[in-house]
Amino acid sequence: MTPRDLASQLQAHCGDLVGSLVEFRGEATLTVREARRIPEVCEYARTALDCDLLLDISSIDNYGEDPRWTIVYELYSLKHRAHLRLKTGVSEEQSELPTLTRVWPAANWHEREIYDMMGIRFSGHPDLRRILMWEGYPHFPLRKDFPLAGRTTDLPEVAFTEPAPMEGGPFVTAPGQAGAAEREPRARTNHP
Amino acid sequence: MKGKRELSYDSKIEGDVVVTRLEAAINWFRKHSIWPMPMGLACCAIELMGAGASRYDLARFGMEVMRFSPRQSDVMIVAGTVTYKMALVVKRLYEQMTEPKWVIAMGACASTGGMYRSYSVLQGVDRILPVDFYVAGCPPRPEALLEALMKLQDKVSNERVLATLKQAG
Repeated sequence: MTPRDLASQLQAHCGDLVGSLVEFRGEATLTVREARRIPEVCEYARTALDCDLLLDISSIDNYGEDPRWTIVYELYSLKHRAHLRLKTGVSEEQSELPTLTRVWPAANWHEREIYDMMGIRFSGHPDLRRILMWEGYPHFPLRKDFPLAGRTTDLPEVAFTEPAPMEGGPFVTAPGQAGAAEREPRARTNHP
Repeated sequence: MKGKRELSYDSKIEGDVVVTRLEAAINWFRKHSIWPMPMGLACCAIELMGAGASRYDLARFGMEVMRFSPRQSDVMIVAGTVTYKMALVVKRLYEQMTEPKWVIAMGACASTGGMYRSYSVLQGVDRILPVDFYVAGCPPRPEALLEALMKLQDKVSNERVLATLKQAG
């Protein structure tokens, strides 16, 4: 089955729950209209469509729009060698959707990362803690309204943070005129 | 004397005695057995391992004994990106090292935060530790680290170690 076949089977089973198919360079993307029903859609994709791998879950901050959050699920079927992408929107007031850990155990750490970076909660998750930042860090650093340089925080005995000096950009460097041979220090300089 | 000038110490002439200053002798012992603590946090640690392996051979300087216990090491080589999550751990390890102790910030990240101008990376390990030498590079080649360690040897050989001991006592 191709990505298009997977998508059309999922559409046939779920009816109005999923939107129309978007295809781009052979990749199939479907939008799930109700975020709270994402587990049943994925359960069908895993069992009936053999999407046995959950490759990734990511989140998008559509800052200033509604719904603010988009959650993207990247599925793969080893049997059909085909990808399928599911998207769903979650409003800022809600900022919560059900976990997929009971469909794919791999969802556990992906969802923890989204909770850590974006502050979107996954109801029913067995262990919803921060995964990269430390417990007690008060911000969600991948949100669009969080400054790139960071903010001042202090959690005694655990960690502190300070804003980084941006100096006009995230990373500024000017290329030199010299070629690599003159620029780089080498152990041996007697090259031909 | 066979018409050849002896510039070095000759035990046949001077006997089994070498006269020197106590401070010079202690510093001489110290500078040839500086045991590093490999605080390897990112890719600079790979170059640090390269410096310790056979091609660059830190053993030539008496520094091949990488100690993973801070209590047995003399110089902490901070090799890599120090995140805020790791910062206080690095500081605590430094505090557990016994005197005398030195710190080398290896590479751009340990020196200044490098290209990580971000919310999660400490902008230079000198914000929490007293750094003796900064090594430029991303990552620095093993020769650059060796240069810093040789400079550290020079620094050690000129330390006023007896004055320090009197202060402590």
